[in-house]
Amino acid sequence: MEAIVHRRDFLSLGAVGMGGLVLPSMFAGTAIAAQDLVSTLDVRLKKSLADAGMNAATQAGASYCDVRVGRYLRQFVITREANVENIVNTESTGVGVRVIADGAWGFAATNAMTPEAVAQTARDAVAIAKANAGTLTSRVQLAPVTGVGEVSWKTPIVKNSMEVPIEEKVELLMGVNSAAMEAGANFVQSMLFLVNEQKYFASTDGSYIDQDVHRIWAPMDVTVIDQASGKFRNREGLSAPMGLGFEYLNGSPSGKTTLPNGVVVYGNSYDMKEDAIAAARQARAKLTAPSVKPGKYDLVLDPSHTWLTIHESVGHPLELDRVLGYEANFAGTSFATMDKMRDRFQYGSDKVNLFADKVQPGSLGAVPYDDEGVATKKWDLVRDGKLVGYQAIRDQAHIEGKAASDGCCYADSWASVQFQRMANVSLEAGKTPLSVAEMISNVEDGIYIVGDGSFSIDQQRYNAQFGGQLFFEIKNGAITHQIEDVAYQIRTPEFWNACSAICDERDYRLGGSFFDGKGQPSQSSAVSHGSSTARFDGINVINTARSLG
Amino acid sequence: MSILPEAQAKAILTKVVGLSTADECVAQLNGGTRGNIRFALNNVSTSGIVDDIELAVQVAFGKRVGIATINQFDDASLERVVRRAEELARLAPENPEFMPAIEAQTFTPTATFSPATAAITPADRARAATASIAPCKASGLTAAGYLEDVTGFVCFLNSKGNYGYQTSTSVDYTCTVRTEDGRGSGWVGHNVQDMAAFDADADVRIAMRKASASADAMALEPGKYTVILEPAAAAGLIGFMMNFFDARSADEGRSFLSKPGGGNKIGEQVFGPEVSFHTDPAYPDAAVYPWDNEGMPRAPMPIVENGRIVNLEYSRYWAQKQGKTALAGTGNLIMAGGDKSTADLIRSTDRGILVTRTWYIRMVDPQTVLLTGLTRDGTFYIENGQIKHPIKNFRFNESPVIMLNNVEELGRPVRVQSDEGGYVMVLPAMKLRDFTFTSLSDAV
Repeated sequence: MEAIVHRRDFLSLGAVGMGGLVLPSMFAGTAIAAQDLVSTLDVRLKKSLADAGMNAATQAGASYCDVRVGRYLRQFVITREANVENIVNTESTGVGVRVIADGAWGFAATNAMTPEAVAQTARDAVAIAKANAGTLTSRVQLAPVTGVGEVSWKTPIVKNSMEVPIEEKVELLMGVNSAAMEAGANFVQSMLFLVNEQKYFASTDGSYIDQDVHRIWAPMDVTVIDQASGKFRNREGLSAPMGLGFEYLNGSPSGKTTLPNGVVVYGNSYDMKEDAIAAARQARAKLTAPSVKPGKYDLVLDPSHTWLTIHESVGHPLELDRVLGYEANFAGTSFATMDKMRDRFQYGSDKVNLFADKVQPGSLGAVPYDDEGVATKKWDLVRDGKLVGYQAIRDQAHIEGKAASDGCCYADSWASVQFQRMANVSLEAGKTPLSVAEMISNVEDGIYIVGDGSFSIDQQRYNAQFGGQLFFEIKNGAITHQIEDVAYQIRTPEFWNACSAICDERDYRLGGSFFDGKGQPSQSSAVSHGSSTARFDGINVINTARSLG
Repeated sequence: MSILPEAQAKAILTKVVGLSTADECVAQLNGGTRGNIRFALNNVSTSGIVDDIELAVQVAFGKRVGIATINQFDDASLERVVRRAEELARLAPENPEFMPAIEAQTFTPTATFSPATAAITPADRARAATASIAPCKASGLTAAGYLEDVTGFVCFLNSKGNYGYQTSTSVDYTCTVRTEDGRGSGWVGHNVQDMAAFDADADVRIAMRKASASADAMALEPGKYTVILEPAAAAGLIGFMMNFFDARSADEGRSFLSKPGGGNKIGEQVFGPEVSFHTDPAYPDAAVYPWDNEGMPRAPMPIVENGRIVNLEYSRYWAQKQGKTALAGTGNLIMAGGDKSTADLIRSTDRGILVTRTWYIRMVDPQTVLLTGLTRDGTFYIENGQIKHPIKNFRFNESPVIMLNNVEELGRPVRVQSDEGGYVMVLPAMKLRDFTFTSLSDAV
């Protein structure tokens, strides 16, 4: 599920003082000096640790072993108005060893970076596997993988965020905040979340894969108040978390799109200051915007909004472990059961094509190899509206009748065991040329939604409700004015079957989640979802305004 | 075993504070053992134990603050973590909201530790899983669940001599039981400090009964209904609302507790007269550490009395700015209730809906704390004081502020934890008028 990121989670670090100091999981790791964030571990050290682990596991009776040597670096800069509330650098380094012995999985991890410690950890993992084997109802079946030898890869970034001095980051956010305040904001929060995962994967299949993965997120929240009436409204930033370097924040004109309602949205480049100014003005306009009349509307959804609907109503229900029941106690199961796949269930209209991938440039999921050494790819989940696939990893592929893993296995730390996680899941752009303006010109009674807002979906992914950041009324083919208090309620298959038009690839943009939670204990992953503006007919819209008397 | 004895913990922190050359230093050790077992499809799927102790050091030069952490405690490591914190502090911009370290305080120990929980072994966890799975298997039902136990300690010391040490334990168990045909689902959750008070075998029967009883669910029209929220179902809504009991956001005009024209609603009637919340670090079976995140001593404190707002949280900075007294942050939340069981509440209900669990609760409008979410794993129609039949799940759009103005009756408070964590709460089952369900869900 999409995590709620409470502001007080960030603030709690500022009060490290005492009493139950809790470093939120996203901050896990050891705080370090900024200059340590730009170094990497020697690949020879990593290979020697991996070999020590694999040799020990094999000698102890493992039929398979993989070793992940991970160094996870994170930097967070958190500001409000004219204040820098927090700057945190963290590092977490260690080794996770996963084995199969007697047909069962075993996992153990250590933060001691010596061959002896990794060998002992491997023996511990084998002992756990052998203990687990006793209760097993079926042996682990791994889809085959061919070893690739020694390879390395780095996210194709232009500017490593970790190399940018703190002063420059603080200056950027202070500029953003003051621009928002000058444009009429009463309060503004802005943050930078920067992540570098240095992941070395080795397995007894003969792979030694060194990957250096970079991600960036620059969220912001602008609040305006009308003190006399006690009314307040906020508008969050329209950026997306991306698999890019600091160049994402250069505000390049090529990354900007001006929508037919005048709202500027962003692709591969974000102008945070410009968005802050717009946010203040648009939030102010929300205070006096008319409240929506509930009823059925044709919705025109911008990619900055649609990503979250895709995430909840397509990405999660098509995770095979969820379909099978492994997540039943917490995240839930899925309406998209195996029989529906066999019957080519009509998931959406024939215009709807949804694909999974771990390869889109700039996306959060982009890596050449997943966390069990499988080469990544792009594959279909829904083709011409019909359900055709799930997301499966090595030990699940056989259940779906696939010969190979889809390559979507991930662990959020060296200390966490890798498991099936959502790949990027995206809505394919329309094949017929169609601009957003052309799409809107055909809508008689509709609502145009930009940005993601409130979100909630049931435990089988049928009934969902979504809000947004900005809502505009469409009447007789034209945008009239901004409206407020909009949320739409869907039943997943009806919603996707109501998709009547999708703009072409000129409008294709990514949105995404930096902290997507799954599992018990919960692990966090980052995932992108692309789409072009899409139209959904006759969707139920509710009015969310209430009175507290 | 990651509980450092007090003498050892104190010696480490004394050394750390002594090493610092900054104007102020605050050091804290936080550690423990976290064990878990997870099961699904009537099989144990994963099981693990994580031992860790972390030392956090915060130093300040004037208003420049730096934080560093480490999990090794030899002299060289202690020196390194202090120097790193000092280096970060020198690089940091001044924080205009910086507050100096707290003077030495007196803390009254609270009963946060239970030996039975600290003594949990992997075999105990496996037994809890087996106790959950075996009766389900025998009854043609499918169990999926999770048990997590934590035995931890906190020790802190600052350069003004404020010092505390205490240990704590907790156990959280949840189990979802489904019928083989997937048409019925039941759930049980149990959060305790003392493992001796936990019995998976008894708990799982509740989920099993609800799974079997919910298999032939009928659809009711969405609309306003009298509901009985079991304590766990209420927890997600109440916990969400309590995030706004903060004086600063209220004073800033961006909370339901802001007063039009300025200021906050302390002293005003915001909820029905049945509603009272308080916090008490020593509350039996829900005790929390006697200090807050800043090292201020916690004391029993009313938050809402008979529907009137009595106290909001004031951070030390905001209290100073507003000329108020800073009070320690709350660690638990206790809602007053009555003596009735959920079964008693059902017996006194003409027509209503019993809700076992709420799910995926998110904010729709912060202005009114309008929340949306769904019922899950056991939703039943009540008629003439009896459970009549299972009903399909609903999506709700409701504000806890409105909901707590529509209280019919409150049951006996019990300790609960909401699905997505949060602090320890003691809540009653709640019978509420006019709870707003806006659509049906086909999910089981």
